[in-house]
Amino acid sequence: MSFDATYTRELPLVDGKSSFKELDDVIAKPTETKPTLKWWIAIGISSTALLIGATCLGLTFWYGVGLWGNNQPVGWAFDIINFVFWIGIGHAGTLISAILFLFRQKWRTGIARFAEAMTIFAVMTAGIFPLIHTGRPWLDGYLLPYPNQHNLWVNFTSPLLWDVFAVSTYFTVSFVFWYIGLIPDFAILRDRTKSGIKKAAYTIFSLGWRGSNRHWQHYERVYLILAGLSTPLVLSVHTIVSFDFAVSVIPGWHTTIFPPYFVAGAIFSGFGMVSTVLIIVRKVFDMEHIITVNTLEKMNKILLATGTMVGYAYSMEFFIAWYSGNPIEQFTFINRAFGPYAWAYWIMFSCNVFFPQLFWFKKIRRNIPITFVLVLLVNVGMWFERYVIIVTSLTRDYLPSSWGMYFPTMYDFGILLGSFGLFFTLTLLFAKTLPVVSISEIKAVTEGAQPTHLDRKEEEQIDYRTVF
Amino acid sequence: MIGNILKKFDEKFLKTEPRTGDLYAVSALFDTPDQIIHAAEEVSDAGYKKFDVLTPYPIHGMDGAMGLKDTRIGWVAMLGGISGVSLAFLMIWWMVGVNYTNVFGGKPFFNLPPSIPIMFELTVLIASLTLVGALIVIFNKLPLNANPLMDTAFMKSVTSDKFGIYIEAKDTKFNRDEVRALFEKLGSAEVSDIHYPEYDLGKTKNPLLDMKFMGNVAGVAVVTALITYFALNVLIFLPPFSWMHYQPRVNAQTESKFFKDGFSMRKPVEGTVARGFIPYEFKGMPDSLITITPNPVPVTQKVLELGKKRYDTYCSPCHGNYGKGDSRLRGQFPAPPTLHSQKVMNWKDANIYHVITNGQNVMPSYEKSISRDDRWAIIHYVRVLQRSANAPDSDFETK
Repeated sequence: MSFDATYTRELPLVDGKSSFKELDDVIAKPTETKPTLKWWIAIGISSTALLIGATCLGLTFWYGVGLWGNNQPVGWAFDIINFVFWIGIGHAGTLISAILFLFRQKWRTGIARFAEAMTIFAVMTAGIFPLIHTGRPWLDGYLLPYPNQHNLWVNFTSPLLWDVFAVSTYFTVSFVFWYIGLIPDFAILRDRTKSGIKKAAYTIFSLGWRGSNRHWQHYERVYLILAGLSTPLVLSVHTIVSFDFAVSVIPGWHTTIFPPYFVAGAIFSGFGMVSTVLIIVRKVFDMEHIITVNTLEKMNKILLATGTMVGYAYSMEFFIAWYSGNPIEQFTFINRAFGPYAWAYWIMFSCNVFFPQLFWFKKIRRNIPITFVLVLLVNVGMWFERYVIIVTSLTRDYLPSSWGMYFPTMYDFGILLGSFGLFFTLTLLFAKTLPVVSISEIKAVTEGAQPTHLDRKEEEQIDYRTVF
Repeated sequence: MIGNILKKFDEKFLKTEPRTGDLYAVSALFDTPDQIIHAAEEVSDAGYKKFDVLTPYPIHGMDGAMGLKDTRIGWVAMLGGISGVSLAFLMIWWMVGVNYTNVFGGKPFFNLPPSIPIMFELTVLIASLTLVGALIVIFNKLPLNANPLMDTAFMKSVTSDKFGIYIEAKDTKFNRDEVRALFEKLGSAEVSDIHYPEYDLGKTKNPLLDMKFMGNVAGVAVVTALITYFALNVLIFLPPFSWMHYQPRVNAQTESKFFKDGFSMRKPVEGTVARGFIPYEFKGMPDSLITITPNPVPVTQKVLELGKKRYDTYCSPCHGNYGKGDSRLRGQFPAPPTLHSQKVMNWKDANIYHVITNGQNVMPSYEKSISRDDRWAIIHYVRVLQRSANAPDSDFETK
């Protein structure tokens, strides 16, 4: 059976026919030119936010965590909300670079590098929060099982310790994956640059990469295996983060739906943040023909799918609360939707479930300004998801006598602002100093980049159109 | 200032050494992937072994064209993964199951299900790091910036937009003219010879012994040591890193600046009665005024043992181990009279209690140091001592 293969032809990944030299020029341009005024304004804003956060954090270290709004019964508040929020954002990068790689989704090429960098920065930002949540962060070394004079080991049965291992492994493996992808690009920059100091840096980081096919052979296999290792890793990290809640006995936390629900939410929020930043970057650095509308449309499809999964999880929680016949569970969910934090619940529900449904329309998927607004709403909605899960469950648990309300202080907001400042400062520095698109990968997917093998004998050639 | 420093960097790192050494290889550049695949097949078929293809990105089918065997690096990941999972298992099992056992939630010391997340994470971590380390160091033999191809025009083209191939002069079949002819026949746009660079090492024979180099190494070592010392021994003990050494609380037996009397420990409010210490109602009264009450503690083996213990601790230093008034203090303190006197034998228990509680002559009050019930137990033991010192014959009769 055969059919006309042109009917399902893939859209070109890189618009127009760019020569390799032009691709080099466009992608390496930000690293070779003086920063523009737009860039200076952006980094001015983000580093101001970072400074505000650092000041609030310094005051917290000096006076203690009493400056925060955390109280009894809400012992976990902005610190843990921000942790889960940022670690969730970190999930898109590995999804794009590993899972889409395994599924041979070549459209990932234009955005993979950027998404991986954002993963690393998001995990760095996230990692700060559990450390400061301990109250005396200079004692955090005890989180690791090291032979100490107290002859004590960590509690291996605690999900909080699993978090330590999961997050640090995730950061290390993502970083290594990112660096391995950067090595050929460092070699390209090394051979292009006209500045001595850059040449020295690129020479060190490129490790003497020559593009030898004897190297590419091992390199490609390693990339494949790392993608295979990262795929279960990325799923495990947010699963373990969800165990922090699901393993406890607080109503609203103690549910088996949490691991898949958290992973879907993480991918959803991560794609939201990647889209937000990419829409700005492709505009600022003139890369509209590399990060194309087709790519953004595909990302919007994933947002639609994961947003619907999250919506399913919200509804299923309600169903199980009713179906279980557990009055405390039922109260918790009615309290979430109609209690004192109903405003937060409905912000979450509308931003994550209602608005992404607009992506069913192709016109909206391909409209950049509307997409930008919708992905911003996704970011807001996913932050409120964690707020709703943590705060509503803690303020009202089993005993009405121990109920309370939670009010964040200006230091909480300052540190939240600072976390955005840190993330965007690192992202802007990255965009200015390293190639934001993988040059060697994008070259490999341009038209005419791979051999046609037309000189092969007729019987060796496989006509893929007739295989199916 | 900064301009000068950058200029120095430019001089140092953009400089190219004269290419006047021995011939390293003959290289050729091609424009399209089809051409390079064809060239690789021809060179491989011609029997050359020490040749390589350099491309800006991996080319499909090149491994076959070059006649390369399938890479075996996957086994490294397998090995790393197996070591990771076993190391994690052994670590957790030894730490919580052998070295320091602790009960968590009534579960076994070593509990497999909650150990699985960490075992999984360490599997991925160790497998990835081993794999990447092996890729760079063992399989690709990097980092290596001393390759003679570095900084040549050939190298600069193949990392950008051209596809290159070269045959090393070390190859047994190598003949410069033949190789050049082969490359030109294959349609190469540019065939060139690559020579080894000549490095100007100056007067130094061994660069490791260069004074400037050794001075820099020593300087880096000193600075690193100072920073480490500062970070570990000074910085982390500055406020607010208090390590709980300074806390707003009172230490026992210390001076207080807060209270007027300078004592940090407070006395109870006047008239406070501590639990189990009901005040003695005949406190400070003469013996004749007390009401005689019976000993409230029953005579049992346990009580007598307790009485002996308390007597040996508090009474025996002056009264002697058997109450004979033979002080164990050897005259450092006036010895009291014997407890076997007729007067004490005739006393009711309440009289002895009165003396222990109130004190008598030089004997101080033991109200604060011996609890009420213990005092009554001591009295039972004193009766035992008296009976044993003056035992009637009937006590020795066997039944």
